[in-house]
Amino acid sequence: MTPLDFSSLRFTDVSRHFGRRRVLSGVSFRCDAGELIAVLGPNGAGKSTLLSIAATLLDPSSGEVHYGEYTAGDAGGELRGRIGLLGHDLYIYPELSAAENLLFFGRIYRLPGVEERVEAALHRAGLAGRDDPVATFSRGMRQRLALERALLHDPKLVLLDEPFTGLDDAAIVALRDRLTALRGRGCMVLVTTHDLETIDGLVDRAIVLQKGRVAEIAPGAGSLRERYRRLCGAGS
Amino acid sequence: MFLRTVWLVTRKDLLIEVRSREILYTTVFFAVSCALVFAFGFVREGQPLGDAAAGILWIAIAFSGTLALGRAFERERQSETLRALMMAPVDRPALYVGKLVGVLLLLGAVEVVVVPLVALMFQAPLFAHPVLMAGLLGAGTVGFAAVGTLFAAMLVRARSRDVLLPILLYPITIPVIIAGVRGTGALLQADVDLPTARLWLSMLVFFDVVFITIALWTFEPAMTE
Repeated sequence: MTPLDFSSLRFTDVSRHFGRRRVLSGVSFRCDAGELIAVLGPNGAGKSTLLSIAATLLDPSSGEVHYGEYTAGDAGGELRGRIGLLGHDLYIYPELSAAENLLFFGRIYRLPGVEERVEAALHRAGLAGRDDPVATFSRGMRQRLALERALLHDPKLVLLDEPFTGLDDAAIVALRDRLTALRGRGCMVLVTTHDLETIDGLVDRAIVLQKGRVAEIAPGAGSLRERYRRLCGAGS
Repeated sequence: MFLRTVWLVTRKDLLIEVRSREILYTTVFFAVSCALVFAFGFVREGQPLGDAAAGILWIAIAFSGTLALGRAFERERQSETLRALMMAPVDRPALYVGKLVGVLLLLGAVEVVVVPLVALMFQAPLFAHPVLMAGLLGAGTVGFAAVGTLFAAMLVRARSRDVLLPILLYPITIPVIIAGVRGTGALLQADVDLPTARLWLSMLVFFDVVFITIALWTFEPAMTE
């Protein structure tokens, strides 16, 4: 079976409210294959909600999300199998070891050669030979494992919510290299972060969510943080 | 593929339980405590009052089952692993069945302890008709856990899930509890009433089919936020 393929993610006038609280309001943007986009904004701006909608875990209240020519309703499980999500929570079982976690998710995703993939992932995460439960790991180690879990199935669309949290300098450099490689492979990558210095120069574009609406940070003079502050207003 | 997903989810739950033994120990302890407390109230001078044994057995199973259901999904909530499972390219009802089988195995282990205990404390001939008794216990447990697993999964992100689970679960599963108590009672009375026990067993199987069908049908839409 050929895996479902798509080369763009398109949000068209997407709104989402929880009860009377409107989190996203008429959000439209597009991400093409090989593009790395930063989704920025203050706490509570709706960044995680946007990623949940892109991950098909949350339905928009109105508007449409297209994955190439498909929608989440059209493609269902096949589409979900092409999306990799690293959430704010890490989506790993603390009682299991790193290898057991990756093997479980690899088998659920029906990955061919799952043992080899898991071994390679453990090496990349620097966790080869760690047989103890994940509960004993540091935050940075768990974050590295969670990233490998999210990317284990070679997703086409990669959604990373605060992926730099808890990582040391070496792991940050490794993650930047990994993101560059994903872009080189033609993946679409959306990253939310508050660590603008780390992603400055790495991302192709940056969009900002503010009061549920989206605005794009124009390329220009100054660092990403300076341009972000200019757009949002000083002190944001 | 459906069955493979069920097996993977069940095996993962059992592996975690073997490591922690948290749910097994707490539910068995709770079920045994429940039976003991009732024994103090319903056994006078070594003689049980009326046919209390059937009711107490099912109450112990229902209460400990509620505890097991809550904890089984609390694990999926802690690191939001339920979201990761929902992202997998599998039939989502297979995830439900996998969790259900895990809960059923745990409740089976609880019953292995609590049934002989109730038989001993209430001098109840629970093993006189082992096949019918096993059928009643099995069918009743499946019906209770089928509804419970669905509600526990739906409530996993609710703030008051610990309070809401029993409030939603007990009214819906009352037919199962009544059928279980009546069927067991028919086997425990002095003049054993096998036709009545079989009738209640048929009712339990009917409830199981209805509850599992509804749960498989509603799991995916209920889990989509």
